[in-house]
Amino acid sequence: MSGSTEDIKAVTCTIKPPVYLQIGDTKTDAAHSGICVVDVTLPFGKPANIEEITFKNYYTAYVTVRLLRRGPGQEAPAKWCTALRDLPLMDNPHTEGGSQDYYSIHRTQMQVEPDHVVSVRLILRQPSSAWLTFSLEEIKMYPHTEPDSEKEVSDWLSDLTLVDQHPDLEGLPDPQTVSSSIQQMWALTEVMQTNQTTASIGRFDVDGCYDINLLSLT
Amino acid sequence: MMDESTELSLTIAQIVQRLKGSHLHSQIERQAKECLHQPDIKLESLKEDVRSFLKTSGWERKLQNAVYRELHLPPSHPAAPPEHLKEPLAYMRKAQASWEKRVLKSLNSMSTELGVPLARMRPAVEQKELTNKWNEMGTDEPDLSRFRPVYAPKDFLEVLISLRNPNHDSSEDISARSHWGLIQVPLNVRDIPQLRQAYSELNLTTGQLGIDDHAHVHPGIHKKFKYALSYQDSAAAQQYSRQGCPTGLRAELWALILNSTNQPPDVMHYEQLKAGVIQHDLLVDNLIYKDVKLTASNDDYYFVFEDFLYQVLLCFSRDTAVLEHFKYNSATPPKSYIQGKVGEEECAVVYPPNVAPLCFLYNEPSKLYSVFREMYIRYFFRLHSISSSPSGIVSLCLQFERLLQTHLPQLFYHLRQIGAQPLRIAFKWMVRAFSGYLSTDQLLLLWDRILGYDSLEVVAVLAAAVFAFRAENLMEVTSLASAEAVLADLSTLKVMPLIQIFLFATAI
Repeated sequence: MSGSTEDIKAVTCTIKPPVYLQIGDTKTDAAHSGICVVDVTLPFGKPANIEEITFKNYYTAYVTVRLLRRGPGQEAPAKWCTALRDLPLMDNPHTEGGSQDYYSIHRTQMQVEPDHVVSVRLILRQPSSAWLTFSLEEIKMYPHTEPDSEKEVSDWLSDLTLVDQHPDLEGLPDPQTVSSSIQQMWALTEVMQTNQTTASIGRFDVDGCYDINLLSLT
Repeated sequence: MMDESTELSLTIAQIVQRLKGSHLHSQIERQAKECLHQPDIKLESLKEDVRSFLKTSGWERKLQNAVYRELHLPPSHPAAPPEHLKEPLAYMRKAQASWEKRVLKSLNSMSTELGVPLARMRPAVEQKELTNKWNEMGTDEPDLSRFRPVYAPKDFLEVLISLRNPNHDSSEDISARSHWGLIQVPLNVRDIPQLRQAYSELNLTTGQLGIDDHAHVHPGIHKKFKYALSYQDSAAAQQYSRQGCPTGLRAELWALILNSTNQPPDVMHYEQLKAGVIQHDLLVDNLIYKDVKLTASNDDYYFVFEDFLYQVLLCFSRDTAVLEHFKYNSATPPKSYIQGKVGEEECAVVYPPNVAPLCFLYNEPSKLYSVFREMYIRYFFRLHSISSSPSGIVSLCLQFERLLQTHLPQLFYHLRQIGAQPLRIAFKWMVRAFSGYLSTDQLLLLWDRILGYDSLEVVAVLAAAVFAFRAENLMEVTSLASAEAVLADLSTLKVMPLIQIFLFATAI
């Protein structure tokens, strides 16, 4: 889950400078390029299994992800495949929506398994002539880790089991029901204690003084 | 875009985080504990029994309403820094920051010039006086001649006009996309075909309250509102208010839609703020006094509420809970220096729009305050800060200009030629959400739709519709002054027919 990516460190990789593709002679053609290729190579000899790719957009309209995967064996040749084609990053290539947003591409969104990946190629497209340039920033790749099989500690409710005993009662309430209701109360108070609120009270002063002479933004 | 299920669980986690520690959270926990005494709660099915109890006793509905309210806040990507949540576009953040600096400089220099501190503790005698006068602050006639407004809407408009995206290619002067208006930012705004779909409940064949019920009252219409109120269903109330709220039920409906409760903690909060007003005197208070004196006290409709207005606005400027909304407001509250220590200044250095229309609905100060504050932090703050939000003032201005240029090109061209850019006239209406320009009952019908559609877009649509309505007269004028004169008095306009005709009867 992406919630845990803060703990997982990104894979160190080399991001090559973006290459803007042009038709015809690059020197005389003044039109803006609409396609850009960014190659991201992983350290040599250490192919990775990718969990997630995150980046910050800068006016790219669509992104295609291609992966160079090398089979487990040393002799197996590396092959390129398309993991994701033309993922829209901007609702409308001519307007601002999504132009500077943060995005994640998770392995479940990819059409092929991103395992044993040697290199990633991001193909960026921006068909609109409205923008001077476009690219992706802060590209990071997170490795795939095996899922944890920890049990939910807080799921104490489903762990409760009834002990089958029928003691001899003489007009007294059933000890089972009494003890279980007390147990529930105790457990609830425990839960309450662990969930301390961080909500502020909403009052403010500094040592009872509130004489303000200057406002600043820094 | 993230994987849908990841995005969903992230949103859920964020909402749970926000609701934890809220008053509602502790109420529900208390209810859950107390219900354990009930005989029909069994140990083996504890979870389900407690859940169904909460459902039947109405607490699930309250939780739903709270979650529904939280959903209004935009979801954020885990890698995004907090300023990105306020405003994703870097150049807009920059523009907002320099605008704030300007306003702050003005406030600081006013303070120095006049020798009035930005905030000071009131002496005991003054505190007592104010407590006694709390309900009649309007009778005061302090000398406010030295205080001038910190900024005028015109200044703000100039800032918006000068907004430029550094990555935008504006080398093509004459192109198919040429824009005659003043706003030069390429935000995505909706045109009439898309608006027709989004605002389908406003089409000409659907009955609207306030127009179609003049002749006779439909008891049936009120039924659905009463249903929503009795079940405290926030989402249903919002849906129904798209066709207007009945006058008698509007106050309750708005409070339900905004999920603004008047529980003891809210009343206490209001009393705390009131105590804050009495204890401390802020420079901004004088500006508020002046503003209210100039606008409300001279207004035929609003002068009766003058006292209420002081109470609400003075409290509002001290409300730290308003600071919460700065997380998604592109503006930043200024910090203050008290005797060398840094603290957060509660006073918002922008003016909240007119509270006066709300005074018609609520007569209890704490209730009025609660609704007003909720409306401000949900909608009206977007009229005073520079952001790319579809409800933000920049988008509204652009949408107004685009609608006008697309559907009334002759009029737009003519006005441009005579030096009367339409936005210069319409801006003052939009920045106040038409408050002070329409008659109150019409204004409340407009604000019904703002709540119903959860967007300020309808304000831009109305501005364009007003121009369309007065198009004939405007084609005859030959100067900015005469154009202003044609559009000076909007008090006789009926907003819903104008909007309906503009959206659904304009030829495409």
